[in-house]
Amino acid sequence: MSTPAVAQVRLVSIGKRYSGTKALDDVSVEVAGGTVHALVGANGAGKSTLGKIIGGVIRPDDGQLFVDGRPVRYASPREARLDGIATISQELSPMPHLSVMENVYFGIEPRRYGIVQRAQMRRQYAELVAQWGFELDGHASVGALRTADVQKAEILRAVATDASVIVMDEPTSSLTSVETNALHRMIRVLRERGKTIIYVSHFLDEVLDLADTISVMRSGRLVRTAPVAEETEESLVAGMFGAAAAAEHFAKPEHTAARVVLDVSGLNRKGMLRDISLRIHAGEIVGLAGLIGSGRTELARAISGADPIDSGTIAVDGIERRIHSPADAMAAGMAYLPESRKDDGLFLELSLAANTTFADLASVATPLGVLRLAAERAKAREMLKLTSVQPPNPAAKVGNLSGGNQQKVLFARWLLRNPRVLILDEPTRGVDVAARAAIHRLVNKLAAEGTAVLLISSEIEEVLGLAHRVLVMRRGSITREFSADPPMDAVMEAAFGLGGGIVA
Amino acid sequence: MTEPLAPDQVTGDPVANGGHVAVGWTAVAGLRVPFRITPQHVRDYGVVVFAIALFCYFWVASPVFFTWQNILNLFFLNATTGIAACAVTFTIIAGNFDLSLGAIFVLAEVLGAWVAIHWGVYWCFPVTIISGAIMGLINGLLVTKLRVNAFLATLASALSFGGIAVAVTGGGLLLTPSNAKVFTFIGQHRAAGIQDPAIIFVVVAIALQLVLAYTVFGRHLYGVGDNRNAARLSGLKVDRIVVLTFVITGAACGLCGLLDSSINGAGSSSTAGLGGTLALNAIAGVALGGSSIFGGVGSVWRTVLGVLMLGMITNGFDLLAVAPYWQDIVRGILIIIAVAIGFVVDRR
Repeated sequence: MSTPAVAQVRLVSIGKRYSGTKALDDVSVEVAGGTVHALVGANGAGKSTLGKIIGGVIRPDDGQLFVDGRPVRYASPREARLDGIATISQELSPMPHLSVMENVYFGIEPRRYGIVQRAQMRRQYAELVAQWGFELDGHASVGALRTADVQKAEILRAVATDASVIVMDEPTSSLTSVETNALHRMIRVLRERGKTIIYVSHFLDEVLDLADTISVMRSGRLVRTAPVAEETEESLVAGMFGAAAAAEHFAKPEHTAARVVLDVSGLNRKGMLRDISLRIHAGEIVGLAGLIGSGRTELARAISGADPIDSGTIAVDGIERRIHSPADAMAAGMAYLPESRKDDGLFLELSLAANTTFADLASVATPLGVLRLAAERAKAREMLKLTSVQPPNPAAKVGNLSGGNQQKVLFARWLLRNPRVLILDEPTRGVDVAARAAIHRLVNKLAAEGTAVLLISSEIEEVLGLAHRVLVMRRGSITREFSADPPMDAVMEAAFGLGGGIVA
Repeated sequence: MTEPLAPDQVTGDPVANGGHVAVGWTAVAGLRVPFRITPQHVRDYGVVVFAIALFCYFWVASPVFFTWQNILNLFFLNATTGIAACAVTFTIIAGNFDLSLGAIFVLAEVLGAWVAIHWGVYWCFPVTIISGAIMGLINGLLVTKLRVNAFLATLASALSFGGIAVAVTGGGLLLTPSNAKVFTFIGQHRAAGIQDPAIIFVVVAIALQLVLAYTVFGRHLYGVGDNRNAARLSGLKVDRIVVLTFVITGAACGLCGLLDSSINGAGSSSTAGLGGTLALNAIAGVALGGSSIFGGVGSVWRTVLGVLMLGMITNGFDLLAVAPYWQDIVRGILIIIAVAIGFVVDRR
């Protein structure tokens, strides 16, 4: 294998939009060859999007990518790979039924007359492993490997294809600390031998330990790029969150005297949730903060019957409920608005009316199950007005609406049921500013009417603006609790596992 | 696809513009948006326009085509395919697939004929329909409980059902007693000059369309087919609904078997006739009608139109003495066009 060239990557004024919202806006970053360059930022800051643009997974709408001074435009990860840029992420998984060796040499198998030379492949693999010092059984089936070993296989594939730039997207999010250390050792070896690593992560300690240069991102924009010596955990957190964004702030009455509506105690789900207990009073909005992968969505799904639980109890209005399915949770008076409205929420091919009444069709049907279409339209129109869908036309197709309107339709569906408990998972993701404000006012109004609300959001401003109490999750447990209006950096530090004494 | 972009479409992402694009006539009040033909219209109503065009062509080309007798014949000859197609539309809208229509039809038919001979002729009515429903139940359980892909599950069950049918008949015909007028009644009787199977086809089609469009169950089918996760999170017992669609399809195929054996006065396990082609013709009718093979979109009236169009091609081209292989070529092209239009619209 030849001495790999030291590649340098330059991004100029990169922009990317998703249905109107800017995921990246005028981002320019220069990555020096042979270094580890970290991209950090809060959830939704655009760091992963930027990594994906470098790896050819996503195409930018604006701006130009230069590799070694050449302007390039990749249509797929494959094209980037041909140019020496490999991406390692959990979304781009290898072929699980093939062995490690077959994955490493996929598409570049040593062959003669079109026939794969397996003996030669084994020799090459042994050489490769010896050369890099990354031990991994080449015959193991990739599907049976642990995440850390899958990553090792991916790294081997990258070096086998002579990649000079390796983009790693949240590589350690599901690794143990021992595995993380092993990965970092590998990354240092790669750097010593001239590879350029782009390391996307929200684990600040890792980044400070590993990177040469750090680019901090916030809300799709680059805050700064600085050498690691100039940064500390505190300076990174400050850069990632900046001054408090202008989220509307609602008054926060005390609720401890009010009746407990939702009472969850000792909830466990293997590998996901550990001993979760929480209470929400009537009229209270409880915010659930934490990083992606901290177990927030898993908790919401467990309470709402979408996923099974191993142990624990759930009571609504003081009555313990056995919840084995979403139908059970609904019968108990719960409503769950899922994280992804497209995957788990809406029926994109159906009308607004059908989407609105779907979870409560009995209310617009005769006892024999015949729909009263006029009543359905009227009811749908009423709910769509309440949630301020524009225009509130029950006959229009949901798939043709903007993200904000789609989210409001989902609210309309669940408000029709008059829930006692409303569980909101990222209620304003991919939603424009006006719709966001409308949704915030709606949630506040519902709480004022006595609904118990559990609010999950990656946007800390949203949680702080709405919630009467804030719980912080980390690695499947609730690690901190704050009463009304905690300082933002305290919540963030808890989410990142810094300070505060209580360790997950 | 070829129509010029309206002003509000030029500015880029249609969703960002408030989503008024494909529902042009419902756009913001005060803003005059002219009616345009969108690809969705082509998908939703193309089949209607095409069916009318084809009808007019045969009407002009053949003096016999648009006669009462010939139209009755069209319905009578497509009654069994039509009933099976209308029922399998439920399965397909709910996001599944059923290749075992022909096999259920054949086995129900021979079971009906067997009980008519051995137990008494009236037994054929419940036995065909109930045995069809049980076969549908087996399919449904394979798909939901064992999580076998519907395509493979029904392919495999079809093999077994067909095999059992041959075992019952020994490969021949089960001739019912020639004096059993009851057996051949619904197949051969005419009410007001209309063959009973044609009437039953129309009644079944109307009933299924009404269930689909105007009942909670019908709405649930669309929901399950459009977004299974969302349907579950909205409190539906998704598996139960899926099983029910297979049971309905099975029962309808049993009814088809009853009609066919009654028309012929015998039960046959042969797959040379309808038994071999029923599944593919019925599904072709569903696809031609514009129901999405991936679920969530479609209706029974579309399927009726699709089946009649396929039947019309046979009928009209026969009247014009066009060779059968040409009929197949035209049918194949039509189905591809119908499915391709669906894909183009969905990809937007």
